[in-house]
Amino acid sequence: MLKTFLIGLKDLKIAFRDRAALIFMLLTPFLLTIGMGLVTGRFSSNDNSGALNIPIVIVNLDNDSLGNTLVEVFSSEELADLLETTTSQDAEAARLLVNEDEITVAIIIPEGFTQNIFSANASQSEEYQIEFYANPSRPTSAGIVKTILDGFMARVDEMRVGGITSVAQLIISGRISPEGANAVGEEIGARFENTPTDSDETLITLNTSTNQTQTNEVDMLAYIAPGMALMFLMYTVSYGGRSILAEKSGGTLTRLLVTPTNSMQILGGKVFGIFLTGAAQMFILIGATTLLFQLQWGDMLGIVLIVFAAVFGATGWGLLITAFARTPNQVGSVGSAVMLIFAIMGGSFLSTENMPAFVQTLSKITPNAWALDGFTSLAFGGNIASLTTPLLALLTMGIVLFLVSAFLFGRKNLVQK
Amino acid sequence: MANILEVQNLVKNYGDFQAVKGVSFNIQEGEIFSLLGPNGAGKTTTISMLSTLYEPTSGDAIIAGHSVKKNPMGVRNAIGVVPQDLALYEDLTAKENLIFWGQMYNLSGKSLSSRVDEVLEQIGLTDKAKNKVKTFSGGMKRRVNIGVGLLHKPQLLFMDEPTVGIDPQSRRAILDTVKDLNKQGMTVLYTTHYMEEAEELSNRVGIIDHGELIAIGTQKELTKQVGETETLILHVGENEDPSALIPSLKEIKNVLDANVIGNEISVVTPSAKDVLASVVTKANERGIKIYSIDIREPNLEAVFLHLTGRALRD
Repeated sequence: MLKTFLIGLKDLKIAFRDRAALIFMLLTPFLLTIGMGLVTGRFSSNDNSGALNIPIVIVNLDNDSLGNTLVEVFSSEELADLLETTTSQDAEAARLLVNEDEITVAIIIPEGFTQNIFSANASQSEEYQIEFYANPSRPTSAGIVKTILDGFMARVDEMRVGGITSVAQLIISGRISPEGANAVGEEIGARFENTPTDSDETLITLNTSTNQTQTNEVDMLAYIAPGMALMFLMYTVSYGGRSILAEKSGGTLTRLLVTPTNSMQILGGKVFGIFLTGAAQMFILIGATTLLFQLQWGDMLGIVLIVFAAVFGATGWGLLITAFARTPNQVGSVGSAVMLIFAIMGGSFLSTENMPAFVQTLSKITPNAWALDGFTSLAFGGNIASLTTPLLALLTMGIVLFLVSAFLFGRKNLVQK
Repeated sequence: MANILEVQNLVKNYGDFQAVKGVSFNIQEGEIFSLLGPNGAGKTTTISMLSTLYEPTSGDAIIAGHSVKKNPMGVRNAIGVVPQDLALYEDLTAKENLIFWGQMYNLSGKSLSSRVDEVLEQIGLTDKAKNKVKTFSGGMKRRVNIGVGLLHKPQLLFMDEPTVGIDPQSRRAILDTVKDLNKQGMTVLYTTHYMEEAEELSNRVGIIDHGELIAIGTQKELTKQVGETETLILHVGENEDPSALIPSLKEIKNVLDANVIGNEISVVTPSAKDVLASVVTKANERGIKIYSIDIREPNLEAVFLHLTGRALRD
């Protein structure tokens, strides 16, 4: 275990001393991020929002204060660059638009939603829950909309619980009698209902929320930066793979094999070196964009998890390329090609949602697509729970590719005698 | 002295090709044993099997009590290997290389640190310790390459043609290092195709050719096989064809053997000065121009020539 760690650490040191590699690992993705940020207008004004125009339909069957507020929030100026919101009264037609890939999400607010939320016997039955009908082929955009909706609902829930607590405290302090509680609660509800939704005192807004509102601001860089970092992560893993064959041709692998170190420790060390280098690259890029561009990447633990998972999945690809190649140069050439193909397919340049269905399906073999889903979700306020699918996909990808590569390495006798 | 290495009928086949054909020899503690042979003789394959890199097709070797087949890890702990080609990380400094390789030999902490400093001193690179290996000359790299093999104070050091492709000064330094190590008690198995190196360094020499160990012993024992002879070397022009001269040279009284090696004619005789005039006359009769003449005492080259009919350089 210690030797595996030491071999990995040695590879990390060597990678970060290679100027050419550093240019590709760090400088190029950083410059491309800036370049694409300029193209998308990220650096051109104080408004750091980029236009996504995610098409959604809100079916407001509630037509009461909460339903109307939700429609206003989704149609607000603040989200104008992000969402293209239309309203409707026909739930079935809205679902059909999603099915036909015309829109990303249909949000259906049921009739009596407001009344149910503020009634003393608030029901949790499905009848009164907002329906979030999303297009599965647009997971990133759907995730963004879901995050905004979750933020809204969390605020509503806070308010409802707050009302109940206030009434309880009034009873305990003896200011009202238990018999009068219902009347007071209804009064609180009525006051809320009568609060003008367009005034500054509106309770249900996105911007007045706590930390969640921060991430709800739309920053195109939150999509571009991970896209570029992931693209060049593929370079790093192929660079690491190349180092396995370079050790073989350079004689150091043979020398390692005559030290008291077994083949598994050596291969494990090489893999760990690729993983360490990839993770270091990702964290440096994340740190740099956070410091220099004030980019909000989202939940820190989530970022750490998605970085590790992405590097794990990408390392699997690096090993597979190495297992098929015969020389370090072959790994370099094939690795560069794979890097570009995966970047295009995986949405590093253009969201996969704008690609044909078969490319969207194919993109699932790339670590870029899954990791980008995770990063985007976090950037728009998602939490660790929202990473479940990308994490599982990347880990599965890594494990499968590791096993296939190990089999191929065994057949090639790469580190065996 | 006890044997630190016992090689028992070692064989290595690659498909139908037999690279090593049943080699057996022993090395005693504290000696320098050279495996002398031309390129492709099987020296590196033999050393690769002894260092547990290749598994023998048959036979075995016992190193410091460990079988290369049954206990390769035990063998690896006991040996140090200096490979023929440089095996270093060029982007790391000399010290970083030594530290890394020391860690691979299970050294750590203060013992690693002090051992690295000792080895740097030993290979004469203390003042260059913090320089990257890629900035070193070929000779300096060779010295680091040797240093790596010494880190864990191995009981037996394998040196596989460590002077190939380097300048004479560096070569001299390496040979002196080997002698110093041996004085300090290190046992060395040294492979080379340079007869002079084997002669200078070795207590005993094994001559290997086409995968077979054809002779083994001290230099004195080996040269006795040739007899008390001298070798007359005639250097002829590049455009000459001296092969036709050989039969007539062999007819001269007291000429035991005559061969052509490139632009040289070698004539083996009990007394070079007695046959010199006759040899020159025969060459003149054939119109072969002689540029220079050397007289050589019996040496390992002569032994190899005697045993194989070819020169070591062939």
